[in-house]
Parts: sequence; structure tokens; C-alpha cells
Amino acid sequence: MKILVCVSKTPDTTAKVAFKDGNTVYDESGVQFIMNPYDEWYALVRAVELVEAGGGSVTLINVGPAANDTIIRKGLAIGADEAVRIDAEPSSAYFVASQIAAYAKDQSFDLILLGKETIDYNGSEVGSMLAAMLDCPFVSYASELNVTGTEASISREIEGGTEVLSASLPLVISAAKGMAEQRIPNMKGIMGAKRKPLNVVAPVAVQERTRTVGFSLPEAKGAVKMIDPDNMEELVRLLHEEAKVI
Amino acid sequence: MVLVFAEHQNGPFKKAALEAVTWGSKAAAMMGTTCAAVVIGTPDQPEQLGHYGAKTVYQLNNAELNHFDQKSYTAAVVQLAKKIGASLLVFSHSSIGKSLLGSISVVLEAGSVSGVNTLPELDNGFVVGKNVFSGKAQAKIAIDTDIKVVSLTGNALQPEVVSQDAALVEGFTADLPAPAVKVLEQKTVQGITPLPEAELVVSAGRGVKDPANWGVIEDLADALGATTACSRPVADSGWRPHHEHVGQTGIAIRPNLYIAIGISGAIQHLAGVNNSKVIVVINKDTEAPFFKAADYGVAGDLFEVVPKLTAAVKQFKGQ
Ligand SMILES: Cc1cc2nc3c(=O)[nH]c(=O)nc-3n(C[C@H](O)[C@H](O)[C@H](O)COP(=O)(O)OP(=O)(O)OC[C@H]3O[C@@H](n4cnc5c(N)ncnc54)[C@H](O)[C@@H]3O)c2cc1C
Ligand SMILES: Nc1ncnc2c1ncn2[C@@H]1O[C@H](COP(=O)(O)O)[C@@H](O)[C@H]1O
Repeated sequence: MKILVCVSKTPDTTAKVAFKDGNTVYDESGVQFIMNPYDEWYALVRAVELVEAGGGSVTLINVGPAANDTIIRKGLAIGADEAVRIDAEPSSAYFVASQIAAYAKDQSFDLILLGKETIDYNGSEVGSMLAAMLDCPFVSYASELNVTGTEASISREIEGGTEVLSASLPLVISAAKGMAEQRIPNMKGIMGAKRKPLNVVAPVAVQERTRTVGFSLPEAKGAVKMIDPDNMEELVRLLHEEAKVI
Repeated sequence: MVLVFAEHQNGPFKKAALEAVTWGSKAAAMMGTTCAAVVIGTPDQPEQLGHYGAKTVYQLNNAELNHFDQKSYTAAVVQLAKKIGASLLVFSHSSIGKSLLGSISVVLEAGSVSGVNTLPELDNGFVVGKNVFSGKAQAKIAIDTDIKVVSLTGNALQPEVVSQDAALVEGFTADLPAPAVKVLEQKTVQGITPLPEAELVVSAGRGVKDPANWGVIEDLADALGATTACSRPVADSGWRPHHEHVGQTGIAIRPNLYIAIGISGAIQHLAGVNNSKVIVVINKDTEAPFFKAADYGVAGDLFEVVPKLTAAVKQFKGQ
């Protein structure tokens, strides 16, 4: 089975969020970057498990600048066989999906795995766009994925529950929690990753459809009002009369 | 024309659908056009969407659409959008909406923004707001294409009755590809509002210590008519189902009231809840970081405080 895993780079979950250039650009100074957790913990690890169990190969793809090679090597250390980096700034979901589609269109992958969303842009858009560009069925928020021959059985998260379904490969699938367990790369993986191929590919031209105009930070909360633990009637009164939420 | 994809739960419209129609009809008024809605299958009284501003409701009646299949839904909505000349498509930011947004925008050659939480600004193109960095910031994004596609975050605005008129209901049959997925089973919790739709949420963390102690949390939720949620370690250790896990790696919610009980308030937890309108924190540690994000705080042992709060809520409701 030939699997493509799309991974992105995001600020560490505890990174401070600030903007520069008149609030138009995310301020990366001092920010630690990581592989987007959904891509790493779920999509990539499950892809590696499926290939370990049934043979095939895992190709990891990232759209981004050379600085992303660190997280790409980490993906190789976790178990991807080779990596591709499309050498461009990932300026929008549409741009990213277009680049990945251009690369994947004549490579006949059986499975393309993504994370359910990036934790910075929170778009949840790339997977659905990519599927349409490749004219391939898409299953989002998969929390379980098994493959027998060319049939996949999948559980996916829906509001207030789960849905169990089956579908034939090829498929584009976005991964949510539950699909796999995080893997910490071991020494052998880290050493091996240095020798695995990382191909840098030039981007295709894309006409952007959206533009980020600017960012803002939420207003700071006022000070918390502390309520006497023995006077819960007061809390209920405030929630009703002051906050007007009950 | 603005076209709103209005979701229902085997009959009753989801609150998110009424929000989306409200948003769509307001946007339509600003753009000098009208708002229509599309529904799949047979919601209860589709004409009621007229009250929220939809002039027409297109009812897609292909039997193949009974189960969600991303490919057939994409094809069906695209055909309708083309037929009525939709220039703005509005989805709920739900599992279905998020699955369709990208594919439909690609097929319609439209620009898209997911998770929108403001009405569009039109004085300089078409600009909408959305949360980024898991709620830690807000971005303004311009869509530069003729056709635009958005999904609307839950609870970003309230459904608003703007008209006494019923919408005109029209059937529409799409020409569909064979479904790509076969839905075998759906397991949903019945009878309670799903978390993304809930206005009141009672959430608990590791402070509850043991799944057997969850009764106090459920009693409070029952008294309030709230939906329950939990922190990640609680879901990870199997104390509570995964779909209750809120935060960075779980789901993001923005209810009117979020009561956090025995949750420390780690940044990854806050990422999923800091857009709640009002936050109440109950924690025995006065230094718990969550108090900094709270509107109301109670420093005390949850096993004493929560039953008292439940009693006070019951007394209030009994009045
Ligand atoms: C990449 C990443 C992603 C993550 N994503 C998420 C996420 O999506 N959601 C999430 O929740 N976490 C997430 N986490 C984990 C997060 O960092 C915290 O570890 C977690 O939220 C802590 O859960 P908790 O508050 O329930 O437990 P704890 O941190 O153990 O806090 C328990 C709290 O209960 C209080 N308490 C104890 N006993 C009582 C009592 N009797 N009465 C009152 N209060 C009491 C304590 O004072 C304490 O504040 C993530 C972590 C990482 C690294
Ligand atoms: N720059 C990128 N390179 C490769 N894959 C990406 C990139 N950005 C996003 N993705 C993939 O698309 C998924 C969804 O991203 P998003 O639509 O931005 O929420 C991520 O979880 C990744 O799997």
C-alpha cells in the first residue's frame, strides 16, 4: 500500500501568540515549532503501522520553507520512508492543497492521510480541497482506520457520537484522536532518518483566492469575581441577573 | 443569492442551522440579494426557515443522500448552487459543514473561510473574521473570488426570527455519482444537546478523581439542562467518552456558560473553551491558572461546592 501523509508545522501549543508589521504577520520570534499534533500522533503513526503490518511505503509531504526540514526529519525518524518538501510558504489552505494535489496526481497513492486540522489556522480545509482536486472520496475526522485489501473500515467522529463506515481505496482521510498512539522516535529511527530521501520540489503557480487582512488579540478578561463557597445562591443569582446566562 | 446548508437531526433543525440561516439572511440583506436554504431529506417543517429569513427552501430528495457521503453531498450542493446562481454559500462549522466547505469551494472555484464568527464587512471587498491559534487570536480574511464559501462557528450569533412568512419549499433532485462510502452504523447519544451546540456546559477534570464520582457533575448538569464535557486526561483514561473531550486536541466550543470543575486550566484546555461567553471555575487550589480566565470563581472542594450549587440551581428553577 502506498500512503502519502501530509504534515504541517505549527507553533508549539504553549507558544505565545503575538503579531507584528501592524498586526498583519504572526511574530515567530522565540516561538518553538512542532509537527502539528494531529498529523504526527495520528495520521503519520497510523500510516507507519499500516505499512508495518501490510507492506508498502509511507511518503511524507510538507509545503514549507527549508526551516521545516527539522520536523520532516522527525517524521522520517517516526517511520516514514521518504519525504517531499514543496519549497514555498504555505500561504493558504487552497495554496497548500493545490501543491499537494499537483504532486500526488499521477503517483497513484492508495491512501492520503492528513490531520483533522492545523492548530494554528484551525481551518480543516486542506483535506476536503485536496480530495476534490484529485477527484477522490474524502472521509473526515477518522478516529479508527483499518484496511483489508482495497477496503477500508473507518470510524469517524460526528456531533455527539461516532459513525462506522466502509469505503474502497483510494481515499483521502483526515485523522482525529483515537486513530493511533503518539510514538517517540528512538535512536535507531533518528539515525536512520538522516539517510532517508528528502526531495525538495518547486511549487506550481497558484492564484490565491483569499487574503489575510490582519489579526487581533481578544480583549483581556476583567478580574475574576470570587464567590463564597457557602453561598452558591449568590452565584446562581449572578449568573441569572448579571451574566444573564441562566 | 445566498445559499445556506441547513442541517437537521432526523427532523428537528439543529440550532446551528438556524444560526446559519440568520447569518445568511443578514449577509444577503447587506449584499442586496435574497437568502435561500438547502436541506437534505425531510426536516420538520422546512418552511419555518422563512422565519429566520430564508425565502426559499430547496429540499434535496435523492435517497442516496440519507447518509452523509462527502462526494455525493458535494455534487448535490454544487448542482443546486449553480442552478440558482448562488454567490455565497454558508455552512455550519460542523463535521458535515467542515467536510464540504473545501471540496465545494474547489469545484465552484470559490474562495473559502472556515469557522467564521462575524458578519461580512463589505466596504472593502468581502471580509470575515475567524478565530485562529485555537481561540488565542482573531483573523480578518478577505475572499477575493466571485463565489464565496464560509462555515459559521456555533454560537457566533443567536438565531433571530425576522419574519412571519413561511419559506417556499421546492423539491430538487440532483444527478449523483454512486456513493463512495457505506455507512454501517451511527452511534449517537440521544436526548441531550451535542456539545458543539450546547449553550450550557458543565465540564470536569482530574480533580473529580474517579469515574465513580461523576454523579455530582451529572446532577449539576441535569439541574441546569447542561451538556457535560471533560478535560483530556479524563477522556484519555476512559472515565468519559472521547466526544466529551474539549480543548486543543478535542473539540472547541463557545457556549454561553462553561462551568469548569476540578480542571487546572492548562493552555491546551483553555484553547477549546476560552471563547465561552461566561466561565465559572470551581477549584480547591486558589492558584489554579483557570481562575485567570474565569468570570466567576469558587475556591473550594468540588465535592462540597458542586452539590450546594446544584441545590441552589434547583431552588432557582423551582421558583
Ligand atoms: C499538545 C497537547 C495537547 C493537549 N490538548 C488538551 C486538550 O485538548 N484538552 C485538555 O483538557 N488538555 C489537553 N492537554 C493536556 C493539558 O496540558 C493538561 O494536562 C490537562 O488539561 C489537565 O487536565 P485537568 O485539568 O483535568 O487535570 P489537572 O491538571 O491534574 O488538574 C486537576 C485540577 O483539579 C483540582 N482539584 C483536585 N481535587 C479537587 C477537589 N476536590 N475540588 C476542587 N478541585 C480539585 C486541582 O487543584 C487541579 O487544578 C494537552 C497537552 C498537550 C501537550
Ligand atoms: N503546509 C502544509 N504542508 C503539508 N500538509 C499540510 C500543510 N498545511 C496543512 N496540511 C495538512 O492539512 C491538514 C489540515 O490543515 P488545515 O486545513 O489548515 O486545518 C493538516 O492537519 C495537515 O495534515
